[in-house]
Amino acid sequence: MNTIELIKERYQQLQSSNGSSVLTPIERDAFNTFNTLGIPTVKHEEWKYTRISGVFNKEYAFNPESLSTTLYPSDLESFRLPGHQAANELVFVNGLYASQLSTIRSADLTVMTLEDASKGEFRELVLQHLGQSGKYINDGLNALNTAFAAEGIFVHVKKGKIVEHPVYIYNISDARSVNILAQPRSLFYVSQNAQVIITETYATMGAQESFTNQVTEVVVEQDAILEYYKIQNDVAKSSQVTTTHIRQVGKSLVNTVTVSLEGGIVRNNLNIAMEAEHSESHFYGLYFLNGDTLVDNHTVVDNVKPNCLSNELYKGVIDDNATAVFNGKIFVQKDAQKTNAFQSNKNLLLSDNATVNTKPQLEIFADDVKCSHGCTVGQLDEEAFFYLRSRGISEKAAKSLLIHAFAIDILDHIKPEAIRNYVDKLISERLEFTSNDK
Amino acid sequence: MLSIRNLHANIDRKEILRGINLDIRAGEVHAIMGPNGSGKSTLSAIIAGRENFEVTEGEIEFMGKDLMELSPEERAGEGIFLSFQYPIEIPGLTTTNFIKTAVNEVRKYRGEEPLDAVQFLKKMKEKMKLVNIDQSLLSRSLNEGFSGGEKKRNEIFQMAMLEPKLSILDETDSGLDIDAIRIVANGVNQLRKPENAVLLVTHYQRLLDYIIPDFVHVLYKGRIVKSGTKELAYELEERGYDFIKAEVEQDA
Repeated sequence: MNTIELIKERYQQLQSSNGSSVLTPIERDAFNTFNTLGIPTVKHEEWKYTRISGVFNKEYAFNPESLSTTLYPSDLESFRLPGHQAANELVFVNGLYASQLSTIRSADLTVMTLEDASKGEFRELVLQHLGQSGKYINDGLNALNTAFAAEGIFVHVKKGKIVEHPVYIYNISDARSVNILAQPRSLFYVSQNAQVIITETYATMGAQESFTNQVTEVVVEQDAILEYYKIQNDVAKSSQVTTTHIRQVGKSLVNTVTVSLEGGIVRNNLNIAMEAEHSESHFYGLYFLNGDTLVDNHTVVDNVKPNCLSNELYKGVIDDNATAVFNGKIFVQKDAQKTNAFQSNKNLLLSDNATVNTKPQLEIFADDVKCSHGCTVGQLDEEAFFYLRSRGISEKAAKSLLIHAFAIDILDHIKPEAIRNYVDKLISERLEFTSNDK
Repeated sequence: MLSIRNLHANIDRKEILRGINLDIRAGEVHAIMGPNGSGKSTLSAIIAGRENFEVTEGEIEFMGKDLMELSPEERAGEGIFLSFQYPIEIPGLTTTNFIKTAVNEVRKYRGEEPLDAVQFLKKMKEKMKLVNIDQSLLSRSLNEGFSGGEKKRNEIFQMAMLEPKLSILDETDSGLDIDAIRIVANGVNQLRKPENAVLLVTHYQRLLDYIIPDFVHVLYKGRIVKSGTKELAYELEERGYDFIKAEVEQDA
């Protein structure tokens, strides 16, 4: 059976077996949208450079529950992030939350399925905030995920609390016997004056392929602080479309860093809706690509209210036949006077076959704002290269030092030391490989 | 130590060097002076191995080896050091990390064991005093936001750390005030040894008040048109380059 048919069948199955709930209308609308829009093709303006439809030419098992119970904690060892002994660990297997593999250490953190959350004390929050990303991302993939939203999780961070243990999220595809289509879904609610640090990774087990279509929605309330780190270093036969939709509904601070190192096709949608005055957001990205990897970062900052500050810097190093896409939109709405919005994208091409498509976009409807954007595409600086070599540093070491120097200011924005060092190590290993290769 | 024979070099098909002959022996200090555009910086860059010049004729021998066969990093390993006229700023690479990599790469080339952290620190402390450079400067990104004087001091510091046989100082005095020149010159003088040599490339004579050359050569239109002792430098300072130009035109 082809994957689209399988998805439809499973949708019908779930709807008839679970009966109706308050989430049913949201799922049904999304399912209809998916039926109308289908999988985006390159004719879709936002998918011009990323041919995701090819991924659907293969057959996948979709959310097979039987598989998610066959993993043991020992299977996770190789994927776990440094510092996990003191972390809240949320594990998704094939798109479904695996509570038996997860560990919640902080009393201020509540995790439950969206289905359960929509029935209890969080019902209003869920109804109010679930599915808001669809307003920004008008494509079939976002709708496809939302059609199964009830299977996702709701994470609540208690008001006035600093979650001391970082939250680590592992998205694992168990592709040991079949190709896997996974659709993790989460809604995070960071209450007033709360703080939380989230780090997320992706991993595929086994020799088969995986495709992850993820939607994460985060609501940040007044005086809350969110740090969100995403590390993508999965195998080349895994592809991902990840949507992270962050809404600053109260005056708050958001810091995100997205690091993409490996994968087949990786598409990241990062939206930040600045819906409250005096909000501040910083978002950084680093992609360091080789082989045939394609990484596509689509970011949107929507300045809805006045006096907000957003600062965006994405840097890329592209080698071999790899492709990078960057599309950064900044909207400044009519009421958003005194907005400060900055954006920059810098790329380093290391091979003749490497490609980058970069497109900054500003749409400003207010008149008293300070906005800037820019992008650069270049090669290693010859002057700097000669300077290093004239001091006795070999070509390959000089190249490594210069690439590392280029990337380091993104890593500096990863505040937890354990995670920063971990990413730095991944990059250093890659540099070793890159420079030995040439 | 260094022997240059009939060196011709082009950049973008334009002939910059038109037959340079120069011999430098261990223990000597040579100064190359000349008006702007005479080819001084080109000559120093070619000795250090800069690849965007095309050497069309002639040869350079260093310690009995054909330099043209060696990469820039191999030349550094053999003991050639170029202090840049405009040191490069590299944000994201700390000066300390840069120098440590350089020192150990050169040691590797020379078949020596790499310095461990303690040995390196000890050596660094010792050399820092020579050029009066501050630890805080070395923890910062390489040359980023350094003043002109700091950049040049950093060059001399690197020279002290790498212990070259031949040091080429390209316009090291340009843009420096008299105190900065004194500090830099003092560093260079302390590093002088009978087995080492220095090649000073400069437009003005003033640096030569502090680092006394054994020989002075005047480069004009890609050729060494006059050689002498330090008195030649004073003469140039007094009379300007015009009298040289006049002499050359007369001969031609």
